[in-house]
Amino acid sequence: MSSHAEPLLKVENLRVDYVVDGSPRNAVAGVSFEVRAGEVVAIVGESGSGKTTTAHSIINLLPGNARVSSGSVTFAGTDLTQLTRKEWQGVRGKDIGLIPQDPTASLDPLQRVGEQVAEALTIHRLQPRKAARQSAVRLLEESGIRDAPSRARQFPHQFSGGMRQRVLIATALAAQPKLVIADEPTSALDVTVQRQILDNIAALTTERGTSVLLITHDLGVAADRADRIIVMRGGEIVEEGSATAVLGDPQHSYTQQLIAAAPGLSPRRLRPSVSVQNPSATADSGTVHVSPLVEATSLRKVFSLPRTAGGARSLTAVDDVSLDIRRGETLALVGESGSGKSTVARLLLRLDKPTSGSVTFDGVDLASVRGERLRQLRRRFQVVFQSPYASLDPRFSVEDIIAEPLRAFAEGTPAERKSRVKALLEEVHLPVDYGTRRPAELSGGQRQRIAIARALALKPELVVLDEAVSALDVSVQAQILTLLAELQVQESLSYLFISHDLAVVQQISDRVAVMQAGKLVEIGEATAVLENPVEDYTRQLITAIPGRQPQRSLT
Amino acid sequence: MTQQLVRETRSVDPAAGHSAAAPEASVPVPPAADQASVTWAGARWAGARRFLAKPGLVLSVLVLALVILWALVPQAFTQWPPDTGVPSSRLKPPSAEHWFGTDSLGRDLFSRVVHGSATSLAATAVAVAVGLVAGSALGLLAGSIRGWVDDAIMRVMDVLLAIPSLLLSLALITVLGFGTINIAIAVGIASVANFARIMRAETLRVSTAVYVEAARSSGVRWHSILLRHVLPNAAGPVLALSALEFGMAVLSISSLSFLGFGAPPPSAEWGSLVAGGRDYLVAAWWLVTLPGVVIAAVVLSTNRISHAFQDSERNRP
Amino acid sequence: MIRYIGQRLLQGAFVLWAAYTVSFLILYLLPGDAVSIMASGDEQNAVDPALVEKLRAEYGLDRPLYEQYFIALFKALQLDFGLSIKNGVPATQTVAEVLPETIKLAVAGFALAVLLGSALAVVAAFSRNRWIRQAFSSLPPLGIAVPTFWIGLLLLQFFSFRLRLFPAIGNDGGQSLVLPALTLAIPTSAVIAQLLTRSLHQTLGEPYIEQIRAKGASEALINFGHALRNAAIPTLTMLGILVGNLLAGAVVSETVFSRAGIGRLTVTAVNSRDIPVVQTLVVLAAAIFVVTSLIVDLIYPLVDPRINTSRGAKA
Repeated sequence: MSSHAEPLLKVENLRVDYVVDGSPRNAVAGVSFEVRAGEVVAIVGESGSGKTTTAHSIINLLPGNARVSSGSVTFAGTDLTQLTRKEWQGVRGKDIGLIPQDPTASLDPLQRVGEQVAEALTIHRLQPRKAARQSAVRLLEESGIRDAPSRARQFPHQFSGGMRQRVLIATALAAQPKLVIADEPTSALDVTVQRQILDNIAALTTERGTSVLLITHDLGVAADRADRIIVMRGGEIVEEGSATAVLGDPQHSYTQQLIAAAPGLSPRRLRPSVSVQNPSATADSGTVHVSPLVEATSLRKVFSLPRTAGGARSLTAVDDVSLDIRRGETLALVGESGSGKSTVARLLLRLDKPTSGSVTFDGVDLASVRGERLRQLRRRFQVVFQSPYASLDPRFSVEDIIAEPLRAFAEGTPAERKSRVKALLEEVHLPVDYGTRRPAELSGGQRQRIAIARALALKPELVVLDEAVSALDVSVQAQILTLLAELQVQESLSYLFISHDLAVVQQISDRVAVMQAGKLVEIGEATAVLENPVEDYTRQLITAIPGRQPQRSLT
Repeated sequence: MTQQLVRETRSVDPAAGHSAAAPEASVPVPPAADQASVTWAGARWAGARRFLAKPGLVLSVLVLALVILWALVPQAFTQWPPDTGVPSSRLKPPSAEHWFGTDSLGRDLFSRVVHGSATSLAATAVAVAVGLVAGSALGLLAGSIRGWVDDAIMRVMDVLLAIPSLLLSLALITVLGFGTINIAIAVGIASVANFARIMRAETLRVSTAVYVEAARSSGVRWHSILLRHVLPNAAGPVLALSALEFGMAVLSISSLSFLGFGAPPPSAEWGSLVAGGRDYLVAAWWLVTLPGVVIAAVVLSTNRISHAFQDSERNRP
Repeated sequence: MIRYIGQRLLQGAFVLWAAYTVSFLILYLLPGDAVSIMASGDEQNAVDPALVEKLRAEYGLDRPLYEQYFIALFKALQLDFGLSIKNGVPATQTVAEVLPETIKLAVAGFALAVLLGSALAVVAAFSRNRWIRQAFSSLPPLGIAVPTFWIGLLLLQFFSFRLRLFPAIGNDGGQSLVLPALTLAIPTSAVIAQLLTRSLHQTLGEPYIEQIRAKGASEALINFGHALRNAAIPTLTMLGILVGNLLAGAVVSETVFSRAGIGRLTVTAVNSRDIPVVQTLVVLAAAIFVVTSLIVDLIYPLVDPRINTSRGAKA
């Protein structure tokens, strides 16, 4: 990299406060850094680290209740903090572009896609309308949109999430800005798409010599893409340096912790693998079982769709899926969004009925039982859902939430239930006095612990973990995974671990099943599937794991 | 008359409230060291402070409280009799003696407004009760049973919504006959569809919520889910609608009694007081203006309170 | 597209049929029979006994209920809702005679309401001055809270009696239309303003607005080029109910200003328990709702590309 004397962007001692309920709350506490021309700088941090606020204050797009209380932002020699509203309009889009977090909501739903790209040119009077339209088509083509001339005339809802992000990349780069801020550009997208999008950003910006400020929560993404990495926590920069230095020789304990927690960067097993023919020592009858706990045969689930003009009448969400879950093992079910993995979980939990095929739990056909017998069977398989915010009734206290399954089966006296709740809280490493709190008073990780405690209350044999760690920050995610591994041994549980994240899967699973578009494409021992995938699709998923790319040479 | 519209407004809104994602508050340190958030009691105190920080809301609650007191103990607020006038003091403008002035028979208008509030509020309460009970029951039935029951109930509700509620009330009055209670019932029936739609939407929203799914999958019985999860969580928006409908019922009832379908002359109801002032528009402006101000203040207050309910619903994580 | 329209028409026909049936059930089957209710009017509205007999025969009250219903429905299909008990003229004719007056009033009132309401909302949402924004946002709740009849009376008091600008009563010429239309427009505009303001606030918070700002767009382009269009859509869906409510507003407005029209006809019909006329009015209101909804449904796909014409509803 040719190092220029003057950096393109210089942020000095930036402080940003949010006014919440009349009092200021600090979000960014004196941050200073530089971005040089042509450089890719990544700001890495977990939620609440102030990374997005920092990025948005550079382009002056903070929410109404945020104030830059001190510091300066110098861009190509001008102090941006002194600009008027009018002057800002000349900087945004023209000198600094923004690729947003959520591509699905970032395009005007009523405007044709081509027009939206062209607008970036016409606003700054760089081109007349007609020429701008033609440029827009070219830009869309460069961003990897096939058949751009006709796609440009379509509306955003006709594009997939990944395609919309390509449109937004084209928009951000249209006016040839010197700096592009990419704010979590791929966190809303599937892994394979994520990789294509990041490749696209890299190719286009390198070609134009555009600097990139990449905001991400994923150290793996930063490792793959950035020349320099800035690690933020609690509104401050804790570490900064070249990508190789930060990753190879982290100085700050928080960076070390982050690297250790990032599943893609430091693959490790959280627990020893369970042997395949594991004789169950926990079985109630005492006899030695070798039959699997759950057996699903040729599952099919077809949803009928509302009638659309040319659209299909029905959607086959799950198509001929057969799998089994053995006692004491963790079976991971992997797939991207829409692959049908959550539908499989719902079928196994008998929250939905399959269109055809069967599920047996410990030899009992789940389709044939109903009413009270089914309810009694439910004691033995429990579930933890993805969102710790939605899965707890906001009106219940923690104690009521955990005791709810106990109440439902009239287990013990109220006093006994209380002490059982306490024991469960201890098991998930939460303070016992949390029983009186409401979900709103707890963090995401704590809530997920409560959801786990609830799932364990009835001493089930199978726990289905439906993306149970996906909504959590990496370090919290690592803690929950460790807890799950520990509980599995303690309570001799079987897990069905549903995830889109292969990096997490390799830490915890014994066997892996890969789903794509409703079909099971591969199933086998975790090490076998992950190291020597048979199927092409599995291989794609594995190479898409961030943090796995050979370090970019810093030219 | 505008109640359907206003209800629609709020039914559009929750989507916005829910899409605003709660900021992730997780702290990347072991849970034991996790910063303790505000305690429950503390949250309650903070709630009280937030309430006092909204002067508009405080004023609204005070207005409503005052009017309810008027209805309960009118004699505590005025020494003038509502029905017997002093012929010598006919059509006197507002003064320290007669706050709202006097009417053509020399009766004190303020006293008539205060004494009339019992009739007006009782009628409003009847109307809201009819709408709330019948509408919620239908909505709950439609939302929890689904299938053809849902279809049948909601199609009928759609038809009721297609007829402007004032017109629907008028049609009902044609059959029920005139009188305050009859117009109250008619107004109540005209609002059934609004309650049914909200209750159904809430029932559906809550019963597809992940926490209900979680309860179901851990073996909680359906009636227990309905009682412990669905009803308490659906109650908020229904309560907000009740407050809104209260204001709208005040308007509808006063409109209907203005049109002459309410109680016969000697008794005072807010709408009929305004109607009584019609013949003296030139000579005595206060006869129409001041009772109207009271009606508007009450409706404005209930709408503000309803709005506060909606806000607290939306802010609940 | 044709199937879409066909489907909508079918739905509209269903609503009309159901409105007729509901009003039939309410008006004819509840307490006693229709004719005895009519005949039990007070002294002034005493009904000619001969007419009572004629009506009894006409409604065939001696027949079973379902037969009565089907006969009435069959007649209604030919726009025969029976004779007004007041003057023996067909109810539909009574309504049709005064309908043009109310249409004039409603069109004027609605145009005024849309103008006033959108102006209020635009200022309340787009003004850079916080005080102006607050002042304009507090107007719609006020407009919704005041009784329509009261607005009418105050306008009457001030503009007719005090300033003598407009006639107080009657249907003569454009002058007499101003105050009734204003009375009708104020509450409706308040509703439009409230809906549109909320919708605008919500739209301005959408990520795509920030993205347009990040392109360097001026506030004017953001507000009028993008936000207003997007925000207008939810308001458009309410058009059917808004127009239906104009009819209810006309009841009050026409009574206050003693204008002839279907509003005042409603009041007299209810007063004299003229059931055929009341039923005609109810079905007319439903028809107006159905027609406006149909128009909205047809406009919708033109405004919002997300709407698939064969699906109708927003996904």
